[in-house]
Amino acid sequence: MPLLEIQNLRTSFHTRNGIVRAVDGVSFSVEQGETLGIVGESGSGKSVTCYSLMGLIPKPPGRIESGTARFDGADLLTMKDAELNRIRGKRIAMIFQDPMTSLNPYLRIEEQLIEPLVIHENMPRAEAVKRAIRALEEVGVPDAARRIRSHPHEFSGGMRQRVMIAMALITQPDLLIADEPTTALDVTVQAQILDLITRLQRERGMAVIWISHDLGVVAGFCRRVLVMYAGRVVESGPVEDIFARPLHPYNCALQRSIPALQGKGAELYTIPGLPPDVSKPLPACAFADRCEFAQPGCRTGEVALKEIEFGHASACVRVQRGELKL
Amino acid sequence: MTPFLELRDVKTHFPVEHGLVFRKRVGTVRAVDGVSLSLRQGEIVGLVGESGCGKSTLGRTILQLIPASEGTVALGGRSLTALRGADLRAARADFQMIFQDPYASLNPRMTVFDTLAEAIRSHRAVPEAELPCRVAALMEKVGLAPRFQRKYPHEFSGGQRQRIAIARALAVEPKLIVADEPVSALDVSIQAQIINLLAKLSREMGLTLIFISHDLSVVRHISDRIAVMYLGKIVELGPAAEVFDHPMHPYTQALVSAVAVPDPVKAKLRQRIVLAGDPPSPLNPPSGCAFHPRCPHAVEACKVKVPALEESPPGRMVACLRTQELEAGR
Repeated sequence: MPLLEIQNLRTSFHTRNGIVRAVDGVSFSVEQGETLGIVGESGSGKSVTCYSLMGLIPKPPGRIESGTARFDGADLLTMKDAELNRIRGKRIAMIFQDPMTSLNPYLRIEEQLIEPLVIHENMPRAEAVKRAIRALEEVGVPDAARRIRSHPHEFSGGMRQRVMIAMALITQPDLLIADEPTTALDVTVQAQILDLITRLQRERGMAVIWISHDLGVVAGFCRRVLVMYAGRVVESGPVEDIFARPLHPYNCALQRSIPALQGKGAELYTIPGLPPDVSKPLPACAFADRCEFAQPGCRTGEVALKEIEFGHASACVRVQRGELKL
Repeated sequence: MTPFLELRDVKTHFPVEHGLVFRKRVGTVRAVDGVSLSLRQGEIVGLVGESGCGKSTLGRTILQLIPASEGTVALGGRSLTALRGADLRAARADFQMIFQDPYASLNPRMTVFDTLAEAIRSHRAVPEAELPCRVAALMEKVGLAPRFQRKYPHEFSGGQRQRIAIARALAVEPKLIVADEPVSALDVSIQAQIINLLAKLSREMGLTLIFISHDLSVVRHISDRIAVMYLGKIVELGPAAEVFDHPMHPYTQALVSAVAVPDPVKAKLRQRIVLAGDPPSPLNPPSGCAFHPRCPHAVEACKVKVPALEESPPGRMVACLRTQELEAGR
């Protein structure tokens, strides 16, 4: 049984300007100890998917329209808040892009680090502080016993992100959801954080969902990848296949538009048009308007993710029919 | 031949003061600490480094937005650092800036037409009747449909806003543009459009471009040469592809190896040099070579002697005491 199994998740926001279908029928699963990457541009629904699991969608305007998210057998979307509170922050932890806005600037990090232990494990304060110091040492914060008395503003960006990671991992979660945690950091610090998470994951057998728009980070770090576009999964598969043999025109276009994969100075491929407005009705394949291979059939009819090769699925109907070699 | 843009030993220092009434100077942030650099006309130079290395301050010092504490900046043979008041304002038409955040750098209450017309008027007297035509021409140049003239910034996407910001910079017909992280706030597919646009403009108009970014793969793609900065100094300078494929300074080596390559097979095979710790503070830089506390090759001499940026081999400049030794050992 997978650790987390999501089926047909739909999350929308009911705003004055119409219904924004941020997540539109997403299904995937995460095995124990696995690293899953979710890539997509802003507005593709990758963050909203994970926020939905964690019950972090503001309601209203947000609404989870349908779907199930089974974590260790229990549905996260329908369980009572009290039950959910026993899971999130303990068995599922999350780290965010901007550590400055996710840490409380008024509290010493000591208070913030021990909070999950005190709440979830009823641990006595003195013991919790000891654990917290060890957690800081584990993520490479030097002089942890003294630094634990500092406030968040006394840390650099990379160190703050380490504090966040220590805080998320202190309860030894089974699943870590990381929402672009390295985007605001320098490449050298990003490399440190990636190494750190890889090591902790190996030691503890924790599963990770890594949300990113950076194909480079995903390539080096994840084992399986979902590519999202306009609230839907358009391609999923093992990381090597996603990069070596893309099976969806959007994934292909995305890779052609990043400088690192192109010859120096060559004109970069640009995807025509703009990302779609998900509050408007979309064609059956949401990418059809920008796709160079689109046919009239792509706009109507049924579009669903289908397995093409072993473990590698695409939502492109033309690829599914074998008409298109990318 | 005199270079088009020449920086000679430019230093930009900021005083750090304490006290409310009797302000006392307690220290100096050496944001830019002795940078010399020459650019040909039409050249694109990428400026890379970690946050806090002084790359943005250098960009702003070149444009005289921040006065240089020492050294000179000369554009087309004329010293900019000596200019004041009206002369400086007149000279500003020659050099413009593009900022990172197109959401913050455009006035939300001005239409595209107003924004661009203001820039055109500030440059030279143009009959009002001619303005719509000029604005339309500018918009076409950056790939925006002129029919959007009467729209406000909030009606555009991030990429389109960055095009407006580029059009505004071009309105005064500059010769030099400093672009400070112009694509960092944009999505991948939109980044490509803006990079292509900047490369095209530079090629077609002979624009000299200083491209500041922390993203090495973007800089490698667009630049002719790359300057790597660490703590206010240039530590390596050379042709983009060479610096990227064969970095000589230990810092550049670490930086290049930290770049995430979007290729899972290569990513697994690659040896990464993970630097320990954060970049040190420019308020209190380490002695000798500023990189020595994080450098895997540092020796005793590195703690004492400040390495100069020297040419070796031709066309490549490196500021490292051990370049010869390390290169021989590779």
